[in-house]
Amino acid sequence: MEALYAITTGILTACGLYLTLRGRTFPVVVGLTLLSYAVNLFLFSMGGLTTHGAVIIDGARDYADPLPQALVLTAIVIGFAMTAFVVILAMRARSEMGNDHVDGKKDDHE
Amino acid sequence: MTLLWIALLPLLGVLVPILTVRYGRTACTLATALLPGAALALTLFQIPALTEGQALRFSVGWLPELGLDLALRLDGLTLLFSLLILGIGLLILLYAHFYLHEDEPVGRFYAFMVLFMASMVGIVMANNLILLWLYWELTSLASFLLIGFWTTQSAARKGARMALTVTGAGGLALLAGVLLLGHIAGSFDMDVVLASGKAIAADPRYPAMLVLILLGAFTKSAQFPFQFWLPHAMAAPTPVSAYLHSATMVKAGIFLMARLHPAIGEHALWTVLVSLTGTVTLLYGAWFALFKTDLKSILAFSTVSHLGLITMLLGIGSPMAILAALFHILNHATFKAALFMSAGIIDHEAGTRELKCLGGLRATMPVMALLTSLAAAAMAGVPLFNGFLSKEMLFTETLNTPILAGLSWVIPVLATLGGVLSVAYSLRLAHAVFFKPGRKLPPKHPHEPPRLMRAPVELLVLMCVLVGIFPAFFAGGLLDLATRAVLGEPLDFHLAVWHGFNLPLAMSAIALAGGALMYWRHSDMRQFLQQFNGMDARFVFERGILACKYGSERTVTWLEGNSLQRYMAFLLIATLVSGVIGLVRISELTGALGNQPIDGVVLFGALMLIFGGIATAATHRFRLISLLMLSIVGLFVALTFARYSAPDLALTQLSVEVVTMILLMLALFFLPQRTPRDSSPMRNVRDILLASALGLVIASLNYAVMTRGSVSISDFFINQSVPGGGGHNAVNVILVDFRGFDTLGEITVLALAGLAIFKLLNRLRLFMPHSDVEGRLWSPDRYPAILTSISMALLPLALLVSAFIFLRGHNQPGGGFIAGLITAVALILLYMARGVEWAQHRLDFPFQPVAVAGVATATLTGLGSWLFGQPFLTSAFGHFSLPLIGEFELATALLFDLGVYLAVVGATLMILANLGKVTTPHRPVTESQEHQAESTASTTGKESG
Repeated sequence: MEALYAITTGILTACGLYLTLRGRTFPVVVGLTLLSYAVNLFLFSMGGLTTHGAVIIDGARDYADPLPQALVLTAIVIGFAMTAFVVILAMRARSEMGNDHVDGKKDDHE
Repeated sequence: MTLLWIALLPLLGVLVPILTVRYGRTACTLATALLPGAALALTLFQIPALTEGQALRFSVGWLPELGLDLALRLDGLTLLFSLLILGIGLLILLYAHFYLHEDEPVGRFYAFMVLFMASMVGIVMANNLILLWLYWELTSLASFLLIGFWTTQSAARKGARMALTVTGAGGLALLAGVLLLGHIAGSFDMDVVLASGKAIAADPRYPAMLVLILLGAFTKSAQFPFQFWLPHAMAAPTPVSAYLHSATMVKAGIFLMARLHPAIGEHALWTVLVSLTGTVTLLYGAWFALFKTDLKSILAFSTVSHLGLITMLLGIGSPMAILAALFHILNHATFKAALFMSAGIIDHEAGTRELKCLGGLRATMPVMALLTSLAAAAMAGVPLFNGFLSKEMLFTETLNTPILAGLSWVIPVLATLGGVLSVAYSLRLAHAVFFKPGRKLPPKHPHEPPRLMRAPVELLVLMCVLVGIFPAFFAGGLLDLATRAVLGEPLDFHLAVWHGFNLPLAMSAIALAGGALMYWRHSDMRQFLQQFNGMDARFVFERGILACKYGSERTVTWLEGNSLQRYMAFLLIATLVSGVIGLVRISELTGALGNQPIDGVVLFGALMLIFGGIATAATHRFRLISLLMLSIVGLFVALTFARYSAPDLALTQLSVEVVTMILLMLALFFLPQRTPRDSSPMRNVRDILLASALGLVIASLNYAVMTRGSVSISDFFINQSVPGGGGHNAVNVILVDFRGFDTLGEITVLALAGLAIFKLLNRLRLFMPHSDVEGRLWSPDRYPAILTSISMALLPLALLVSAFIFLRGHNQPGGGFIAGLITAVALILLYMARGVEWAQHRLDFPFQPVAVAGVATATLTGLGSWLFGQPFLTSAFGHFSLPLIGEFELATALLFDLGVYLAVVGATLMILANLGKVTTPHRPVTESQEHQAESTASTTGKESG
């Protein structure tokens, strides 16, 4: 199971990074979102993969590690804030520069 | 306490001119003079205490961990310099009152001057090495502002920049030196440092420390080879030159050497470095002063020369040499300030300070002619003037010094040569301006300056003469105190005009005669010099600066090439390298824990994630499809969290996913719907390879970590969650209690992102596509009836659910984040179903205050614990019971969570509602309006095609 999980994280990372290397803003934003999914999964797995672990403290035995969960929870919300900021920045850039290239270039090779 | 006031009054005085400038220039000048004047008076009152014995001290802790104390001292050396700084400073204020033009911002000028004065007073009073350095940097900044005061002149800006660069760089060297010195001495306290001279000289770090400190002193005091900034600083208004470059700033380096002399001066390296640098500077400055034709340039180079003289004396370092150095500091400040002010008056009244255009001014400015000649005589070292006395002492000391062993006889010869040059340029200064018939007429008709403008010059020249004739009476006491401060013991000396016929007197006579001869043959020498091409220091400096600029530009261009893509690629390659290095160090990828078995559900989830990820990347040119694929990934990430026992995360991810998708779809409306194919195949292959390599590294790292056991601090949270935090949901307790500070920071970021987006959307000019890529109009059925009615029914339910999730969050999955997101989603659904106008009409309030109120609530909850003497964000909880509801628990963490909830709702709606509003002024066009929209469509069609 761990190997499958790791492969999934790796593939999501690779796809996200490929998109962040594109030259247009929207794919880059999508890539960043994808990358943040991968990062969250990675971070989450730091506590190990617990199946049927207890999350509520009631004197039970097998707890899921709460610390990565708390960290990832904040990471998800911050990730949303950053995605929102970047995508609005992309809109603004397009309205100011008339195109959606990440470097604000005028010339399009279409 | 008095000491603190002496240091503080000028600093407070910075505000006075700014506040009083509106009441006219006279009032402003008088008011500005008030606080420095008070500081001067306070200083003078301390003299009786000083003559009785030891230095006066004042100290309060400031940052004791860093060895920085607000420690001040007043001893003879401080007294000498404070009198110069404050006394001449006040004269300069009076002079500047007349010098500046009516329309110049006199308040700003005075404020800069007083700031400079305050920082100089700070330098000389500091009894702590780091404090001294702080004031030292403050003088660099203040002098930058003063030199560049005429901001419209290119020369002023360049001169200011050069001065700041050189003295600022020296300041950094000084900081390093001072830190080293403090470490060697074991304390930054000046008293300790000064008392441990022997230990410092014996330390192996001494040479490095000495060089660093001297770099600071030499750059500030314009010693060779850093002298070049001083002549260019002459682009400043003349009062600034008279103040900074005669009495104060350039003397700061000298002061530092004198102050630290007991600590670092007892070493052969000091003697050689300092005295030789001084000698070279003395001759260099004097030689160039002889051939400059601008009055202020002559004075600037002569200042360089005289500073060299003082440095040389400090380098020689015998008690009498120290005395001579201190005496010359005093003398030079008086005659040089007088000369600078004279030059300013000539410039002011004749309209030029170029020697070629001046001459014969004695007829129109007789008083100025007398004053300038007297001051120049003092500079030349003519008997019965103060300059003569200190120069005699210099000659005497050069004859006695053994610093160059067998070659020591060279020193007096070079000193005499310096004297010859100094006589020559002083003679030229006075003669060429006032007595030699002029070749060209000056631009203005010259006349005497206003009576009060001349007063400072008269006073200073009077001092030159009085000290020259009655040295023991006018300067003896002050010098006694100052030398005692440097040497640590009283020095038995007697200042007198006449010492009998001896070798120094002969050297003075040679200097006078040789100087006169040299001036007589001046034109021959100049013709000889014209065969050589002089290098202008400014061009060399500017070329150096430009080379640095272009060099760094080239490096930056190479690194990022103004291309985010290349920059990203470099960043990823660096990450890849560090990841690979980490991986090759572990012997085996699979750790001790090994794999858990795979079941069908997990396999399906993983396959969906992989499919979603790859499909997102593969379809990225068709943006809407790519976005849909992305949402598959998001949903399955939420399911993954649920599968691996993280219900809080699953809930959060699910609601964030909804909000993110709505946001991205809204944004996509304003962006091109398709991505053009503009990456070359090579680039594509490179990116795929790079991304795949990183994916491999990440997968391996992830696998390696997961299969290894780790020591975690999580047990603490699990054990303490109920007793310490009063909640059964450990995740939520961590968020709102144990790591509450992180969460506070996080909701602040969220609120800030919302505000930033609000700003970015302000006056956004957008492309409004009237149809999608296929040319289809946006749906005319804007608000589907089913959605409208369902959303209405859903709203109260959703609010109820979010209240429930919020309240149970401390003990069950849920909490402020998730509740906030659910509320936000419910409200957004309303916006989508009924349109922005409709929703806005009913939710008629801005969301910014909601977000801000959330952050404020959380912060205040944290601050509240201070009231009970607890650290920031300490939580408290208790159990209460109410009829009907039964026993329940209240914790301050709930209040904190309320802040989180409000911040999330406010920020999310701020982002989405504002983005939604952008669409309202324009609507999707209907058939009848279509032809009107054709023109816009043609432009946007090109963009998105």
